[in-house]
Amino acid sequence: MGVKLLLDKANVPGIRSYEVYRREGGYRSVEKALKEMNPESIVEEVKKSGLRGRGGAGFPTGMKWSFIAKPEGVPRHLVCNADESEPGTFKDRYLMEFLPHLLIEGLIVSSFALGSNDTYIYIRGEYAWIPDILEEAINEAKANGWLGKNILGTGFDCNIHVQRGAGAYICGEETALIESLEGKRGNPRIKPPFPAIQGLWQRPTVVNNVETLAAIVPIINLGGDEYAKIGVGRSTGTKLISACGNINKPGVYEIDMTISVEEFIYSDEYCGGIKGGKKLKACIPGGSSVPILPANLLLKTAKGETRYMNYESLSDGGFATGSMLGSGGFIVLDEDQCIVKNTLTLARFYRHESCGQCSPCREGTGWMEKILNKIEHGKGTIADIDLLWDIQRKIEGNTICPLGDAAAWPVAAAIRHFRDEFEWHINNPVLSQTSNFGLQHYADPIHVPA
Amino acid sequence: MSEQNLFKVTIDNITIEVPAGTTVLQAARLIGGQVAPPAMCFYSKLQGSGGKCRTCLVEVSKGSEKDPRPMPKLVASCRTTVMDGMEVKNITSEKVIDARAGVVEFLLLNHPLDCPICDQAGECHLQDLSFEHGKSETRYEFQRRTFKKHDLGKNIQLHMTRCILCYRCVFTADQLTNKRVHGILDRGDHAEIATHIEKSLDNEFIGNVIDVCPVGALTDKTFRFKNRVWFLKPMDAHRDCPTCSGRVTLWNRGDEVYRVTARKDQWGEVEDTPDGKPGWICNTCRFDKKETADWIIEGPREISRQSVIAQGHYAGKIGTTKPNETFAAINDGRKPHLLMDIHDESEVNQPNIHLGKIQGPSHGDTFNTNNTHKA
Repeated sequence: MGVKLLLDKANVPGIRSYEVYRREGGYRSVEKALKEMNPESIVEEVKKSGLRGRGGAGFPTGMKWSFIAKPEGVPRHLVCNADESEPGTFKDRYLMEFLPHLLIEGLIVSSFALGSNDTYIYIRGEYAWIPDILEEAINEAKANGWLGKNILGTGFDCNIHVQRGAGAYICGEETALIESLEGKRGNPRIKPPFPAIQGLWQRPTVVNNVETLAAIVPIINLGGDEYAKIGVGRSTGTKLISACGNINKPGVYEIDMTISVEEFIYSDEYCGGIKGGKKLKACIPGGSSVPILPANLLLKTAKGETRYMNYESLSDGGFATGSMLGSGGFIVLDEDQCIVKNTLTLARFYRHESCGQCSPCREGTGWMEKILNKIEHGKGTIADIDLLWDIQRKIEGNTICPLGDAAAWPVAAAIRHFRDEFEWHINNPVLSQTSNFGLQHYADPIHVPA
Repeated sequence: MSEQNLFKVTIDNITIEVPAGTTVLQAARLIGGQVAPPAMCFYSKLQGSGGKCRTCLVEVSKGSEKDPRPMPKLVASCRTTVMDGMEVKNITSEKVIDARAGVVEFLLLNHPLDCPICDQAGECHLQDLSFEHGKSETRYEFQRRTFKKHDLGKNIQLHMTRCILCYRCVFTADQLTNKRVHGILDRGDHAEIATHIEKSLDNEFIGNVIDVCPVGALTDKTFRFKNRVWFLKPMDAHRDCPTCSGRVTLWNRGDEVYRVTARKDQWGEVEDTPDGKPGWICNTCRFDKKETADWIIEGPREISRQSVIAQGHYAGKIGTTKPNETFAAINDGRKPHLLMDIHDESEVNQPNIHLGKIQGPSHGDTFNTNNTHKA
C-alpha cells in the first residue's frame, strides 16, 4: 500500500462538508502557514519539496512561484487551472468533487505565499455540477473565517472566485485561460511576456493545476524535506493517475511514483489487469497528447530496464522509445483495439479544439484528421503515411502554444511504433473494416527495436 | 536614445545596430532584401498584430552576449525583440526554409487559388509568398472549406474562403474605429471573419481593412471586377480632406479613376504622413472621390520593378530601359535565385518525345520517366 497524501481522507463519510474535513485535520496548513511562516519561507518549502506541476509539463512549482514579478502597488493573482480537458484525464474532477476543501485549503496557502488577494478557479464548462460544490465549500470556509478579510487576524485578505469556462480544451493553456478569464476569446497569447510578469489584466499571475495546489497542503503539513523523501529522484511526492481504457478497475489512483508500470496495470490494488484476461497492446501513459507506447516499450525501457510510473522513467529514451507522465491520464488499449482508429479519434479531437489562431495548427490538424479518416476507411495509400509524418513534423514546434505539439505527438508516435499496422490497414482495406491487426510484435515477449 | 541602448544583432551574417525593443523582423527589414522574413499577419502600424501566421519564423542561433544559448524552437521574428549580440539565421537556416515551406503549404491548403478572378491578384502577399516559397503542386486532395456568405455593406466585399485569419482587420477596427462590429467567430479551421448579427461595416475609417488585408478576403466593392491592378497606373495624389490626411494613391486608366487606396511602402504597409502618423484614409476619400477633378495629382507612384504592377508602365526613375547595374550589384553580391536556360531545362519542348504516345493526361512526371533525351 503506497503513501497517500491527497486521497487519504477521500473515503471518510461526509468529507465534502466543512465540519468533517476540519475534524479530520483540515485547514491545519493554513494555520501553520499564516501564523508561523512568511511568504518567502513557504516558497522555499515548496522549492525544497521538489514538487513539479501536475498539469502535464512537470515544471518545478517552487521555481515558477519565485519567477513572479513583485512591482509596488500592482496586485498579483493566483489562478487555479481546473480546465481539465485532456482526454483520459479526470483526476482534478475527482479531487474537486470529493475533496473541495483540500483545494480551497491549498489555494489559501498558495495565495498567501504569492500575495494574491483575489484568486480565481477557472473550471471547464463541462463540469457543470462542480462549481456549485466549490462555491459551497468557499462559503463554508468564509463563514468559518478562513477566507475574506483579515484571515486568522494576520491581516491577509483573500477571496476565491469560481469562473466557469465555456468548454474549450485550448483554455487549459495558461495564457488562453487568462484571456478567457478576462472575458475575451480564448486565444493563447504570444510569449514573452510570460504570465509571471504580465498575466491576468496585465498583472503578475501564477497559473497552477488543481492537483499542484492541493499538494501544497501536505507539503506545508509535512515540511518540504519530508515531502521530498516520498518518491524517487526528481519525481517527488505522490501523483494522481486517472486510469481508463480496457482495464478491470478504471478510476483515480494515488501513487507514490516508485511503483512500476507493470505493477500499476496488473496489481489488484490499482488497475487490476486487462479486462477479460486479454493482452496489453499499447498504452497512452499521460493523457491523450503524449506519445503512445506499445506494450513492450511500456513495461521495459529500450535498455531493458523496468519502467516506473514517474517523470524520468516514463520519458526515458526520449520520444523515440519513451513517452511522458504528462497529466496522468493513463489510457490502456488491449489487443482488440485499433491504433489507426485511436489515432483518428485523437486527431479529430485536436482538429475540433484548435483555436484557429496560427496557421500550422489550424490547417494541419484538419488535414491530418482527413488523411487518417481516409486510411481508417480503407481508402489510404502508403504515401499517406509519409505525408502524415511530414505534416506532423511541420506542425510541431512551429505554433504559438503547445496545442500544436500535442496534436502532432500522438500521430508521430503512432506512426513511429505502429507503422506496420497502418500499412496493414492500407493493404487490407476490406479486412481492416471488420477485424484488427492484432498484437504482432508489440506485446510480450519484449522486443527491443534496433 | 543614448548609445547604450543600441543592440548589435547579426541576421544572416549581416550585423546591424538597432535600438532596444526593436523586433528581429524590423531589424531585418532595416537590412532589407531577402534577409527580411515574409510577414502575412504582422503590421507595424497595428499594435498587437503578428505572431499568428508563422511565416516569419527564424532560428536564433545565439540568444545574446550574456546568454549565448540558442533558442530551442524557431521563433516568430515579428514578436521577438532583439538582444545585444543576438545571432539570427533566416535564409541561411535549413530549418527555417523547411518550416516556412510548411507554413506556406498550410496557408494555401484551403485557399481557393481563384487568382484569375480575384481583385487582389497582382498585389497579393500570399501570391508573392507562394511564388517565393511554395511548391508548384498541392498534396491536399480533399474538398477545400467554404463558408456561408456574409454581407458587410455597400463598400466592402468579404470572401471568407480566401481569408488566412491574420487578424489584421480586427486590430484595424479596434484601433482606428471607435466600435468594432466584426471579429472572428467560431474556432479552429471553421473560424471566420464576420459580424455577429448581419450588419454592415459603416465606420468612417473602416475602409482601411481593405488596405491591410494581405489577401483578397476584403476587397473594395466599388472596384470589384472593374479592372486588373496591373493595367492601372498608380498616381500619388492628395486632397484637402477634413477627416483624414487625404494622401492617397489613385489607380487610373486613362483619365478615369478606378480606385483609391492609401499609399503603401515596400512592405505593403500604409506609409507615414510627413508628421509621422500612419496615413490611413477615410471612406469618403476611398469610395466617393472617383473623379480626377477631386484630386491634386502629384505624379506617378514609384512601384517596385519586381512587382507585376510595374510591368510596362513607366520610363521614369525605375523604368523599362535596360538597367546599367549588374544583377549581383543590386542584390548585395548575392547570386540570383534561379538562372537557367529554358531550353535546357524544359521538359515540354523536347522534340524526341511524341506527345501522342503518352497515355492519359500528362504532367511533369510523364516526361521525366519517358525522358530519353536527358538520360
